[in-house]
Amino acid sequence: MIAHILPLADFTAPKIEYSELSPLLVVFGAACVGVLAEAFLPRPLRHLVQLAITVVAVLVSGVLTGILMNDNKELIAAQGAISVDGPALFTWLVLLALTLISVLLFAERSVDGGLSAFAGQAAAVPGSEAEREGTAAKVEHTEIFPLTLFAVGGMMLFASANDLLVLFVALEVFSLPLYLLCGLARRRRLISQEAAMKYFLLGAFSSAFLLFGIALLYGYAGTMSLGGISDALSTQTGGDTILLAGTGLVAVGLLFKVGAVPFHSWTPDVYQGAPTPVTGFMAACTKIAAFIGLMRVFYVALGGTRWDWAPMMWIVAILTMVVGSIVAITQTDVKRMLAYSSIAHAGFLLTAFVGLAQAGNGVHNGITSTQAVLFYLVSYGFATVGAFAVVTLVRDAGGEATHLSRWAGLGKKSPLLAGIFAFFLLSFAGIPLTAGFTGKWAVFSAAWTGGAWPLVVVAVLSSLVAAFFYVRVIVLMFFSDLPADAPDVALPGWQTTSAVALGLAATVVLGLVPGPLLDLAARAGEFIR
Amino acid sequence: MNIGWLTLLLLLPFVGAIVTMLVPRAKALLAKQVALGFSLVTLVLTAIVAIGYNRNGPEDYAETYTWIKAFGAHYALGLDGVGVVLVVLTALLTPIVLIASWNDAQNGRWSEKSFFAWILGLEALSIGVFAATDVFLFYVLFEATLIPMYFLIGGFGGAQRSYAAVKFLLYSLLGGLLMLASVVGLYVVSARAGDPSYLLSDMMKLDMSQNTERWLFLGFMFAFAVKAPMVPFHTWLPDAAGEATPGTSVLLVGILDKIGTFGMIRFCLGLFPNASEWATPVVLVLALISVLYGALLAIGQTDIKRLIAYTSISHFGFIVMGIFALTSQGLTGSTLYMFNHGLSTAALFLVAGYLISRRGSARIADYGGVEKVAPVLAGTFLFAGLSSLALPGMSPFISEFMVLAGTFSRHKVIAVIAVVGIVLAALYILLMYQRLMTGPVRDGIEKLKDLNVREVLAIAPLMVLIVGLGIFPKPVVDIIKPAVESTMQHVGVTDKAPQIPVTEGQK
Repeated sequence: MIAHILPLADFTAPKIEYSELSPLLVVFGAACVGVLAEAFLPRPLRHLVQLAITVVAVLVSGVLTGILMNDNKELIAAQGAISVDGPALFTWLVLLALTLISVLLFAERSVDGGLSAFAGQAAAVPGSEAEREGTAAKVEHTEIFPLTLFAVGGMMLFASANDLLVLFVALEVFSLPLYLLCGLARRRRLISQEAAMKYFLLGAFSSAFLLFGIALLYGYAGTMSLGGISDALSTQTGGDTILLAGTGLVAVGLLFKVGAVPFHSWTPDVYQGAPTPVTGFMAACTKIAAFIGLMRVFYVALGGTRWDWAPMMWIVAILTMVVGSIVAITQTDVKRMLAYSSIAHAGFLLTAFVGLAQAGNGVHNGITSTQAVLFYLVSYGFATVGAFAVVTLVRDAGGEATHLSRWAGLGKKSPLLAGIFAFFLLSFAGIPLTAGFTGKWAVFSAAWTGGAWPLVVVAVLSSLVAAFFYVRVIVLMFFSDLPADAPDVALPGWQTTSAVALGLAATVVLGLVPGPLLDLAARAGEFIR
Repeated sequence: MNIGWLTLLLLLPFVGAIVTMLVPRAKALLAKQVALGFSLVTLVLTAIVAIGYNRNGPEDYAETYTWIKAFGAHYALGLDGVGVVLVVLTALLTPIVLIASWNDAQNGRWSEKSFFAWILGLEALSIGVFAATDVFLFYVLFEATLIPMYFLIGGFGGAQRSYAAVKFLLYSLLGGLLMLASVVGLYVVSARAGDPSYLLSDMMKLDMSQNTERWLFLGFMFAFAVKAPMVPFHTWLPDAAGEATPGTSVLLVGILDKIGTFGMIRFCLGLFPNASEWATPVVLVLALISVLYGALLAIGQTDIKRLIAYTSISHFGFIVMGIFALTSQGLTGSTLYMFNHGLSTAALFLVAGYLISRRGSARIADYGGVEKVAPVLAGTFLFAGLSSLALPGMSPFISEFMVLAGTFSRHKVIAVIAVVGIVLAALYILLMYQRLMTGPVRDGIEKLKDLNVREVLAIAPLMVLIVGLGIFPKPVVDIIKPAVESTMQHVGVTDKAPQIPVTEGQK
């Protein structure tokens, strides 16, 4: 034992593949620069500089990821801690693209009288004199930009973690900024703070589950690395109890972030309370990172025991789809409805996940689970950010008018905006010629290819229930009369306009010509060990 | 020579819809004229295609391009006899509906031009559905037709239109989504056999285990049974047709519902021949129930539009019966029936619409003695009604006869019971005529205006075709026959030779 600790002379520096990790480094580096800028720049300059730093960092990181994808180099980097493989690079690119759109929404200041969606002074007590003064002076927290960068960096790391410890660190790196961002709404601050509190407590709770599961898995395999656990599965005999318990606890932690039933209860409250641009960012990016992390752990490390965990995941998938779609019907708030819809989407994604359509399982023709999930996440992510961007625009004196009854007759007031929102809803519902349909088709066929056809039938029936509540909103917008005190549709600045336009364009294009992106997702291949 | 005729046919109404929407709101008349113009050009083009098809065969009209390689989906269009007939029906009914509903959209939720644009959009998608030779493309278009129809019902109908539109949509989505499960299943079967391909010609060659075939068949059949609609999945139709404008009802019953029966021929029989044969007894009994139950309920209706909707359920029962009798006579009869039913129901709905728009009520009890006040209206109504009950000399008679004869040669009991449907048909049509048109003139009817030139113009082509094809159906039958024969071959059934006691007579 002592021999391992003492000989300092033999110390070799860890080998870090800087060029392969450059997208991560750029994001984290820029986040640090942002913190410094926050400390040293005068207040009037900060908004512009922070926005510039964030946008440039995201763009540069995206370009670097693109170059790596083009080189087609897959490796396990940083001494086995991070795996830079096809799915990881693909996820990075998607996360960066969606972050770019979300950051545009964060920077929007024209929909609420020259103020952003974030609290001017988070420390001021809601309703106090200090808060009013801050608002009058148009103070704002530009820290949100470096926080976002830390969050997205953590998500990227999470999606490529090849080691359970890195996985946990990444989880905390992206969760902590999100807890903060959730509590920073300018309007309805108490609800926002409540949401942040709930998210933090439940998130900490789930982190504990994850950590305990990691400890048990370490106890079983004697290693943290995903590949090592997989090897241990094939060589080791005995210790099944500790393995199964570890698997279960890790699943709890990961499914919490995915928002799967029965670990979903935080979703509606947090989605409703958080500032809407943050909700969009969370709904899209957290789900993507969490899902890829989930798949990586279960496919790479625990693939050998899939007969043990697949039945559990079947049940979770069915519950998630059914509960998500049915409870969504009763919602009266548009943000809560979208929250339950995102739960239902997690269920649809889980069908492809448990389908296990992989080359390793004898599936050589047709679509694989990874390909289907990657595509679905893209189509879902863009529509989600776009839909939440639309939500920020329907406003009355109290801020966003999110109660569904307030959306009645919106089609008369602003046919364009209502039409765009209806299109996003149709995509969520999976109506053909939208990206959502192609995505649904892909995950269903991956599930069926892997033999999970009963899940497909459940998914199809849940889609019908889901279609009902999406259509109900469309009916409300187009077939109801405009009330006298209808909310206004704010005139968006270029930021929101381009966010909505990008979301819409992706949803249309991926519905009509999904081929190229599907091929790209196929080229991403499988997770490497 | 192939210059993408079918793509052109599909694009033209679609472009028309966009152009119509672009006309400024103030110029409603111009928008309507533009829409009508596009639908007429489409009709002419369809006629050219139909004549060319008759002369050169289907090869000239096939188009195949890869669309989504990973799914094996293609943009593939092509025609067979059944497809041609339904494309022609679509192209024919659209301008007629436009003319007949010229002023129907004035009280709608949205502008008149959007009504016309939605109709053109529906035309484009319907043509695509009837021409698609790729299962994926068919599915996409099949579901996409719901959107214009949903807005047509929900935007321009009666008081309960929102309810009717949502009910229509949810029923259709239920069928469509179960079909999606089957479509996905087909992909899996195709991928296991090699490179996945959704082309109809490739899918027909697939080997499926008996169980797989039956389950996948059920997914498709359920969707088509909801669409057609067959008892017990029919309850959305009376609501939808009762609340929609007469023009929308014509498109709904005349074209959109035909996708169901068309799909049964092309996809159920085409992809799952063995399962189709296996399901025959159940489907035939359901079809028989549709014939009788639809007719009985029609007799009991108090609302004109709902009555016509129920007659259609009865008629669709006949069509499905002819398809699943699996005889060439029955199949030919059913295909012809689809066309003729389109004509006669269109006539009936439109004339009923004229009547309802004059009195402002769809209740039968509000009418009486119309024939004394508006003889032309009453006359055309009687004509349309008689064609609907399949009076000999009118085109529906021939198809109904062929369906019954074709069914009789295989399933005697079912055919014999189905004949009762004809008697009931006479009852519901003539009773309705008697209550509406004869007797003393009711209050509110005295000043009823007779048909004007536009209204007669819309109905006239239908009447000409009904009589013309009633006397000389050969052109249409000739187009249908080859397609029916190849389907029969694919299913692997042959007609039973009729047993006529010839030998005894020769002794």
